Amino acid sequence: MSEAYVSSPHPLFPHVHVRGQRVERAFRYACSAASLALLGATVGLCVMLVWGGWPSISTFGLGFFTSTVWNPVTDTYGGAGPIVGTLITSAVALALALPLAFCTAVFLVEFCPAILRRPIGIAVELLAGIPSIVYGMWGLFVFAPFFATYIEAPLMSWAPPGTVWERLFSGIPNGSGILTASIILAIMILPYIAATLRELFVSVPVRVREAAYGMGCTPLEVVWSVTLPFVRRSAVGAVMLGLGRALGETMAVTFVIGNSHRLPRGLFDSGATISSVIANEFAEATSPMHMSALLELGFALFLITFVVLALARALLGHGDAA
Amino acid sequence: MTRDGMILGRSGRRRLYNGVFVTVCALATVVALVVLAAILISLFRNGIGAFGFRLFTEDTPPPGGAGGLRNAILGSVTLCAAAMILGIAVGMLAGTWLAEYSREGRYARTVRFINDVLLSAPSILIGLFVYIIAVRPLHGFSAFAGSLALALIAAPIVTRATEDVLRLQPRALREAGVGLGTPHWVIIRRILWRTAAGGIVTGALLAFARISGETAPLLFTALNNQFFSVNLLRPVANLPVTIFNFALSPYEDWQHLAWAGALLIALTVLAINLVVRILATRAKHP
Repeated sequence: MSEAYVSSPHPLFPHVHVRGQRVERAFRYACSAASLALLGATVGLCVMLVWGGWPSISTFGLGFFTSTVWNPVTDTYGGAGPIVGTLITSAVALALALPLAFCTAVFLVEFCPAILRRPIGIAVELLAGIPSIVYGMWGLFVFAPFFATYIEAPLMSWAPPGTVWERLFSGIPNGSGILTASIILAIMILPYIAATLRELFVSVPVRVREAAYGMGCTPLEVVWSVTLPFVRRSAVGAVMLGLGRALGETMAVTFVIGNSHRLPRGLFDSGATISSVIANEFAEATSPMHMSALLELGFALFLITFVVLALARALLGHGDAA
Repeated sequence: MTRDGMILGRSGRRRLYNGVFVTVCALATVVALVVLAAILISLFRNGIGAFGFRLFTEDTPPPGGAGGLRNAILGSVTLCAAAMILGIAVGMLAGTWLAEYSREGRYARTVRFINDVLLSAPSILIGLFVYIIAVRPLHGFSAFAGSLALALIAAPIVTRATEDVLRLQPRALREAGVGLGTPHWVIIRRILWRTAAGGIVTGALLAFARISGETAPLLFTALNNQFFSVNLLRPVANLPVTIFNFALSPYEDWQHLAWAGALLIALTVLAINLVVRILATRAKHP
């Protein structure tokens, strides 16, 4: 669209004739400034995290990413615990949520009785918008006590000593820990992934699916060899976006992870994620080095989510749903 | 088909696998819905007790006292209103630039990508950023900083919605405007923005739904305030941080108030999303 300037009085807008060009230019500058502001904010975000984290980056170097010592008294900081915690909780959450979300999406598109299809679809979409603090509170007050009594304690007493199970199920059975946080995260991203996948499945042309059914395929074969290959790239992209949400999530995790900077030893052990550490400590950080270490952690989180988003975008292609 | 009830034929095996698959899918849906229903049910059961007239007329109480969430509710409304004004202004202009003025060069692609990065950046990092640029230089937590953080979350959502819906407008509309000799910015303002209003409003509502429950970026920007305040340069009480603090407190009254606050936010967000759905359906079938 190129600009169209007026040179004679306009039939509908005579007043624009006088100041038309100046206003036109001002409006275009305003639009361009707004886009520049978004660009500046994102670049600024990245630069400020590095700048604020620089004292920590230059003092601890690469050791920051391997050390688990987090001691505000001696001003020594290492971020391995929260970084590993972030990766583990998100990976476990995705592993739990993805099969459920995939099956729910397939059910809604292929098998669901027509009467239930719309209500369930709407419910899933609405739940995707519930603020994460609600999930966090539910995790703290309802899920954690239930989990401690009915899952953690029995599993720990069942696990035969000396086996991998004992290591996996070690920790304190108080309901908070890595696995609880992962489950809450999984519940939170489940409606989001399910809603996106469902939209993708619906976008497969009906003709293609009907052709497969016409050849005598069972629904399983249609989903597995027609629908899924058709939307494969976009589906992976959508899942990556769900993963990105889990990585950066704060409130759903902070309530239930237990907050400890050690490397988690088992699934029931308490741990920390980058965002939970920042949420807990940033407002109370007193020494400049403490604050700087938290900002460096923030930068690490920014890099992780940036990579995930870039991959998701590359897979989704331009103009697809985010 | 089963032979002697023992060995399955090829078609029997296919039918069996399919049956298993259908069952698993149905079960997964049931599990997902049960879990999500459990969350909503406990939200209602725990929140409805403290939910009443008092919630909106009294300020947050000291531990052990009775009270409501008036200051937090009004604080949240102030924060979100200021954030939405800023977010919509920047978002609409930036979206318009992307759809109308950018010439699809490398710069435009960069801006679009950067907008997506901001859209999915963890909200707590936006809080950190605003802390560095608006809290530390001004020596104090403030409602202004909180609004700025929320605006940074809302703006990319509005940008994206505006660009998408402007691109959907038929070329004929623009050509009609040009044919009348209308300046480009008047075409945008009086023709395109009007025909695209539905989509832009939807985007803005979704952005509002998103920021009304955001907690993490407010933790160290707006902080919190026990008292009633709408001064933009002072810390301001707000629902999400109040819920966070009260839920983690050992006092039962506070925990009840936290549940009531969570219920209030959830209901608000659900209501906004429902309105968006109704708007979207109406746009499809006028």
